[in-house]
Amino acid sequence: MVQEAILLFTEFNFSHDIAMTIWRVLAGFILASLIAVPLGIAMGAHKGVEAFLEPFVSFCRYLPASAFIPLLILWAGIGELQKVLVIFIGSVFQIVLMVAVCVGAARRDLVEAAYTLGAAPSGIVKRVLIPGAAPEIAEILRLVLGWAWTYVIVAELIGSSSGIGHMITDSQALLNTGQIIFGIIVIGLIGLVSDFAFKALNRRLFAWSSL
Amino acid sequence: MSSQLSIQGVSRVFTSPKGQATQALTPVDFEVCENDFVTILGPSGCGKSTLLRIVAGLDQPTTGQVLLDGVPVQGPGADRGMVFQSYTLFPWLNVEQNIRFGLRERGMPENEQKERSDDFIAKVGLRGFEQHFPKQLSGGMQQRTAIARALANDPKILLMDEPFGALDNQTRVLMQELLLGIWESAQKTVLFVTHDIDEAIFMANRVAVFSARPGRIKTELAVDFPHPRHYTIKTSPEFMALKAQLTEEIRAEAMATDTH
Repeated sequence: MVQEAILLFTEFNFSHDIAMTIWRVLAGFILASLIAVPLGIAMGAHKGVEAFLEPFVSFCRYLPASAFIPLLILWAGIGELQKVLVIFIGSVFQIVLMVAVCVGAARRDLVEAAYTLGAAPSGIVKRVLIPGAAPEIAEILRLVLGWAWTYVIVAELIGSSSGIGHMITDSQALLNTGQIIFGIIVIGLIGLVSDFAFKALNRRLFAWSSL
Repeated sequence: MSSQLSIQGVSRVFTSPKGQATQALTPVDFEVCENDFVTILGPSGCGKSTLLRIVAGLDQPTTGQVLLDGVPVQGPGADRGMVFQSYTLFPWLNVEQNIRFGLRERGMPENEQKERSDDFIAKVGLRGFEQHFPKQLSGGMQQRTAIARALANDPKILLMDEPFGALDNQTRVLMQELLLGIWESAQKTVLFVTHDIDEAIFMANRVAVFSARPGRIKTELAVDFPHPRHYTIKTSPEFMALKAQLTEEIRAEAMATDTH
């Protein structure tokens, strides 16, 4: 397997596959976060927004991202957009709901204290709800990033010309189990590294919550 | 002295999700003068905290209204500062940032914020702890910060809901002296809820005794000890006499609560 691994890097430009996969995960995940976190905060902070969006988001959350792949290929082709969208669909609804729950569970006494200090409703959201929920939101993102990795491989197994998932399908056709196993290990390693980095970042950013 | 806070016929009925109504407060009429220190003493669950929350605007009365300087209270606001029994410092802000919370919310210039917070940090004896986070502080220090945070905002009235209730006895006694010292030097209207008789007498110019639920003000008692007060008055005969009287009042109410 070690030989296969060396071959992958020297002959088959495997680092390009890795880069492509990482790029797709990050693009889909960041896009989903940018949309889902503010939406989740709005749902957690305002009962009206929550009542309006919750049924829709809860429904979408149960739609398996992989089931969208055939549809997305038809609509978005087999290019990058399709892969990014798979990850986006897989992540966005999960993040919205989890963020909404965590913001909604803000400590009531802190909100009341802020009100007695003269905070306006917008100040409550900006200076109590968001900072209070931030460490947990970061943890949610870390969790969902892990899931995004599983979606990207599925997306790359079908209709793809690059990426770790694509390499794995190619190797399957050639009965090269060594390469397949190495591909899986690489995914695990990248996941591990990104998770550690995320954890370290969260600890740094939110030192107060782990005091 | 003129009345600053006017509680007029305020009652509160809580309705459970099943539609069962509980009367927490029977209509209460009460006046608090400017710069007065009034304690509300009552057994637990008698509705005294409910009354304070209504004054703060955190709860709505079922009937009646609360006037502050003649203006009806509609909701919570910076003119009524509050110190809670639970620790309500913002855990993501350090001591100084906590104290500056209300000032920043009001858009006060940075240097003024700093000046005010430094002033109150010194008053509550937290110099050197400015950069500490709430979790790094003892309960007493957290409540001192909470008091500084409320006072820095310069409210017209300070509402205190058993602020020392969660502290050990020694710390509580020191906190009482600290608060009284601050009140004596910087006049402020204070409405202070407690179930501790010693605390109620030691701090107050006037003690309002609450009845068992449904709450109402049963007796009012003036406390005429001169200021500044020293903790040794707690063992004086006059203090003891007041305490004996209030103990009787509270005991009757506590027993009434028990049999309900």
